[in-house]
Amino acid sequence: MSDLMSNLYVLVLAAFLGFEVIRRVSPLLHTPLMSLTNALDAIAVVGAIVIAGEQRSTLATVLGTLAVAASASNVVGGFLITDRMLRMFRAGAKTKAS
Amino acid sequence: MSPQVTSVIIEVSYLCAVVLFVLSLKWLSAPSTARHGVLAGEIGMALAVVATLLYHGIVSYHWIVAALAVGCVVGIPLGLVPMTAVPQRTALSHAFGALAAAMVGTAEYYLDAPHISAFTMSALAIEVILGSLTFTASLMAAGKLQEVLPQRPITYKGQNFVNLSLLAAAVLVAVYLVLNPGATYLFPVIVAIPLLFGFLMVIPIGGADMPTVISLLNSYAGLSAAAMGFVLGSKLLIVAGALDGSSGFILSIIMSRAMNRSFTNVLFGAFGQVQESAAKVEQKPVRSATPEDAAAILEAASSVMVIPGYGMAVAQAQHRVRELYDILTRRGADVKFAIHPVAGRMPGHMNVLLAEADVPYDKLLDMDEANLEFPQVDVALVIGANDVTNPAARHDRGSPIYGMPILDVDKARTVMVIKRSLSPGFAGIDNELYYMDKTLMLFGDAKAFVGSIVRELSASGNAHT
Repeated sequence: MSDLMSNLYVLVLAAFLGFEVIRRVSPLLHTPLMSLTNALDAIAVVGAIVIAGEQRSTLATVLGTLAVAASASNVVGGFLITDRMLRMFRAGAKTKAS
Repeated sequence: MSPQVTSVIIEVSYLCAVVLFVLSLKWLSAPSTARHGVLAGEIGMALAVVATLLYHGIVSYHWIVAALAVGCVVGIPLGLVPMTAVPQRTALSHAFGALAAAMVGTAEYYLDAPHISAFTMSALAIEVILGSLTFTASLMAAGKLQEVLPQRPITYKGQNFVNLSLLAAAVLVAVYLVLNPGATYLFPVIVAIPLLFGFLMVIPIGGADMPTVISLLNSYAGLSAAAMGFVLGSKLLIVAGALDGSSGFILSIIMSRAMNRSFTNVLFGAFGQVQESAAKVEQKPVRSATPEDAAAILEAASSVMVIPGYGMAVAQAQHRVRELYDILTRRGADVKFAIHPVAGRMPGHMNVLLAEADVPYDKLLDMDEANLEFPQVDVALVIGANDVTNPAARHDRGSPIYGMPILDVDKARTVMVIKRSLSPGFAGIDNELYYMDKTLMLFGDAKAFVGSIVRELSASGNAHT
């Protein structure tokens, strides 16, 4: 029960922190925000790795392996596209100087 | 290493990953630090994955390595799609994330049933239900955005009743499973019904509502990951899921406000109903103009505001628009862009397209900033935007979009609208902006028309010098 409560505390605090941090993201960067949170969310890969690696049943191994592949593709693709997008955002002053 | 040492290493790495994830989002708040944010996220992710691989319970790495390799093979092309395809890519990645959550949840259930506490079973049910419905809903959304599926909303009588009954059935079965976790024969039901529900949920949603839907699905994907964190007892997953969930939630609120939809409206997915507006198609006269006329007007303007919309993305006109920006700026005009929160198909869509075309981001104004400037603007040039510029939203109580915050394009001294034809926008509403005395309609393809204006301007520029 204490474990459950501490997990709930973590959830509530993280949600508040998320609200405060994300509220400050400028509308300019809403698309990169979505692709970045998506990549971070793919941290589910760690859960999937454990399920796939423990091999406690065939079903679990198969599902876990598929889940590792699905979330790994989000990790790789998500970070890649976020960085590509952010590289394109240039301030006006710099463009003029170049 | 002893299992105790490894588990300490794993826990500490996870803690570092959490810190890096939060910093990652914090740094994203400004374009100047945003790329550090990506780096922080990458380091956090790498740390967490490597630490997990040390876990002593892993008996074989074959499948893990193979799956990670497949993930890279699929993920790299998805990270390299052109910017115009970003909305469908995003929808697809929500589908993958949700699929992973649903599969891990299913695996956990069959491993542990019937020895599952009521609380864990609740989290598991939430994980699997949200994961499954987000999976099919996101696939549908991606299909609509890629235009493999029709963008038009498909509605039928009793649609909401059917959808809500399905959801209620899934929740009832889930409650039964919480009370009797051993009823393994029922578990497939809480996978299958949400899969169907997700599919049905997106059918009635039109293309223009996609920004809200994508944000909502983002939030669902995050919540299912957080639920997975509860099932696996992983605080790292809970934090990452909560961050993703709250990000999607905030974006959904911003999008629904920008479309004047109440928040409950968004939560219950009752958006995108075809508005049966009595679109009075009166034959009102409009003034149309040629690229030459438009170029002459722009030449005389000292301040220009461009209002891009989904039409600019469809016509792939962003590079021509940037040429127009360059040529007008060189001539000393002050050129800016007014961007409505729901312009395009996902939050921030227009900003990314214009940034790709190399328009400096400090020229991209959000709705509030732009509305302060419109009364001083010489020429407002609307490229592929429609409903977000309709003044009826401010004063016509009978209009379906009444109350929606709009860009006050009509307050500029001259308005020019590039549009294929006079056909109404997604909501089927006539835009009274087009019939104003100060409005010139420029009929044609956005890319070709802007290109012609640029040619006119550069020709006349050469003639002068």
